[in-house]
Amino acid sequence: MQIPEGEYRVGTDDDYYVRTNVWSAPGCHGAACGAILHVKDGKLVDIEGDESNPITNGRLCIKCLGIPEYQYHPDRILYPMKRDPKDRGKNTWERITWDEAYDLIEENYYKVREKSGTNNAVLTLGGTGREATMFYPVISFADFRSANVAAPISGDSCYGPRCMIASYMFGTGYPEVDSGMFFNKKYDDPRFERSEYMIIWGSNPLVSNPAGYFGHQIIDMMKMGTKIIVVDPQITWLGSRAEYVLQLRPGTDAALALGMLNVIINEDLYDHDFVEKWCYGFDELSERVSEYPVERVEEITQVPAELIRKAARAYATADGTGRNCSIFMGVAMEMQVDCVSDIQAVLSLIAICGNLDVPGGNVVGPRASFTGAWRYEQIKWVSEEDKKGRIGEEREPIERNALSNVQSDAILPELELPDDERTVRMIWFNSCNALVCMPAEPQRWIEACKKMDFNVVQDLFLTPTAMALCDLFLPVATFPEHDGIVQIHYGRHTPYLGAEVKALDYGETKSDLQVTFELGKRLNPEAWAQFETIEDFMDDQIAPTGLTFDELRHEGILSFDGWNYKKYETGEMRADGQVGFDTITGMVELYSMHFEQWCGEPLPKHEPSPFSEEANPEMAAKYPIILTTGGRKWTQFHSEWHQVESMRQIDPWPVLTINPETAAEYGLSEKDWAEVYNDTGKARLKVHVSTVIKPGMVHATHGWWFPEQDGEAPNYFGAFKSNINTLLPNDSIGRMYKGAPYKSNLCNIRRVRSLDED
Amino acid sequence: MRYGMLIDYGLCTGCKSCEVSCRKEKGLTLEEWGILVEQIGPKRLAGEWEWDFVPVPSRLCDLCEERRAEGKKAACELHCLAQVIEILPLEDLGRRMAELDHGKVSCFLPR
Ligand code: SF4
Ligand code: SF4
Repeated sequence: MQIPEGEYRVGTDDDYYVRTNVWSAPGCHGAACGAILHVKDGKLVDIEGDESNPITNGRLCIKCLGIPEYQYHPDRILYPMKRDPKDRGKNTWERITWDEAYDLIEENYYKVREKSGTNNAVLTLGGTGREATMFYPVISFADFRSANVAAPISGDSCYGPRCMIASYMFGTGYPEVDSGMFFNKKYDDPRFERSEYMIIWGSNPLVSNPAGYFGHQIIDMMKMGTKIIVVDPQITWLGSRAEYVLQLRPGTDAALALGMLNVIINEDLYDHDFVEKWCYGFDELSERVSEYPVERVEEITQVPAELIRKAARAYATADGTGRNCSIFMGVAMEMQVDCVSDIQAVLSLIAICGNLDVPGGNVVGPRASFTGAWRYEQIKWVSEEDKKGRIGEEREPIERNALSNVQSDAILPELELPDDERTVRMIWFNSCNALVCMPAEPQRWIEACKKMDFNVVQDLFLTPTAMALCDLFLPVATFPEHDGIVQIHYGRHTPYLGAEVKALDYGETKSDLQVTFELGKRLNPEAWAQFETIEDFMDDQIAPTGLTFDELRHEGILSFDGWNYKKYETGEMRADGQVGFDTITGMVELYSMHFEQWCGEPLPKHEPSPFSEEANPEMAAKYPIILTTGGRKWTQFHSEWHQVESMRQIDPWPVLTINPETAAEYGLSEKDWAEVYNDTGKARLKVHVSTVIKPGMVHATHGWWFPEQDGEAPNYFGAFKSNINTLLPNDSIGRMYKGAPYKSNLCNIRRVRSLDED
Repeated sequence: MRYGMLIDYGLCTGCKSCEVSCRKEKGLTLEEWGILVEQIGPKRLAGEWEWDFVPVPSRLCDLCEERRAEGKKAACELHCLAQVIEILPLEDLGRRMAELDHGKVSCFLPR
């Protein structure tokens, strides 16, 4: 099906097609995939890829293809529901109207605010991926006027840290691999060049489409000749197609990157011109990398020295082809205590090799983004006193300078305080299934959150978090059920802007924007006075493009054809229009004075995971197996999709990947159930024996709960049976409070009979 | 004219969009398939990693005759994330295989 250019809907009143660009719900990273929705007699009957979409050209993954099944799943919640707080854990929900829901929120908001004497009594927790990520800070700041807001992941180890580090080192948004996104004709534009090598570092982008990047663009470029280097503890499919695979020990990425820098600097393979003109702190960096000769790095990372040399030379020289090279960074970089260092080191690689904002390198957007504001700057509605009184204020000033979220690991101890010492009395779970996904030690979170006076959840299904903790359930609209704007890379690097177009109504669901807006109109009308409708809001958001939302809807997807490369030479990177970078020195800051001030360390360096042989031999003796977690599946988005039969058929159970040697040692065979445990927690998963992983370590999938099981207390849909985050202690984090060892923990394993029997 | 399906499976990533979109197009149950993605490996072979996803059409595949008559791509061809499926006239298949030259290209000629 094709929709004619300039149209977004064709057909009759009861049988029509709508063109949209997908974000959420269900969760995804907003890669602006193009889809055509077929609605017949008021029902979504089909979805197809949209061939006119410049990024996906008609391609769709199985989750989009499964959207009718998801949308019409019998367990889907379609109306607001309340439950007596005394009944938490019981399925005694009662349908109410939206007006009653808003009344209840208002009533409880004023109550908890009165009790705590501050707006900070409300804590907003945002989930990852969904459009909620654009609105949960706004709900907190502009609606509740509370400074307490976070994505509750230990070490804030999501996409935030690398954006923050890029903004201090480069003064830019997110440096993404060049995929022709600066041009309408994409790869066919003569200004575009493919990367000679692309390093896929700690990521499986084909499956995860992280942060707004449609992963199969990498396949497009491989077809054109781009060669792949993979840095990953496991062999991925991309690894099986790679020139080099650096199969490092989890949690040693910073050491590896420093080793590569060592080779590149000592063999004089760096871009002298770029370094001299545009880099600050090269000598200090050189001195630091001299502490990381490849032989030492081999010892730390278990990657053979010769392989490190080869990969470093390939990246720095592009085999003498004159092309550039790029690095695709995954969230594994954040999910270790070396978070700040490994990102700093990888960004340094990009910079000193002259691969920044050049064709086929890592490219960045110009300063002025497509969209207007309305995100973290809404903190202006929070009083100075409340800003100072927020959770984890003592962990300042880093957060205030970088992200406006509170530091996640400070939340749990606050929630655990006795009633008379605690500020927070109400939690708003915005597309956040915290008991199953994100926080470390969810077994402590459940008890702590139970102490709240009132909890609200916005979601699509009764999750364990809703069932165990919440008193009000607000049903979220799927992407065919609402209008929206898709800003790839969450607006931090947005060469495309897509219209998410509503195709139909279903039940009484509402989008995140609609709830944020309607609640704001009640609680803080001043903030929202300039908008009468949510369409006014969207018009305002995209005003810099010169289009209204309705015009964008007709356009479909807008691409900013003709962004320049090397914007540091054109003045497009700085607020003052001068050449250079938007940093204090006007250069790329290989040496960061900011970081020096905040944690005493201006340069990257390797520190072992607190849960490793080097840092904790006692623990390693007791728990000799390295545990890494969180590899993505085609069928899931974190804790979503488990109730959808066609997805569950493909991935029926949580999986523990283990090398045959280690499996034999522990008496485990394929499809056995195993319990993974340490002093902090335990989880059960089904064994998959494979040589993609080295002996002595295991990988566990995350986000598991079992919608088919009893949802009431104490089972909560089996939320704690396979919950791998229970093994990670809260607040075991890296410097500047960034990075947590989700990817580098320690455990032991034992064979068990099943999910429930020993 | 006789048509065939060419799959450049050396670059098939195992995303299963072909399997799922075909099932949807043909109204098949979860137990049925018009095309199925099999997996070989991952294993080391002569020191290198060998890992292939091999999509295999079943007897239910009619190359999406109806869709193609309407000028649309076959469902699997349209949705394939790696864009490795092509429905081509029989006489073009050999030429296209040689053009791709990945060593791992398969062809199907459903009856
Ligand atoms: S061509 Fe059509 S019928 Fe054949 S496998 Fe593809 S989607 Fe199924
Ligand atoms: S859709 Fe394409 S890439 Fe995906 S499994 Fe099928 S053939 Fe392979």
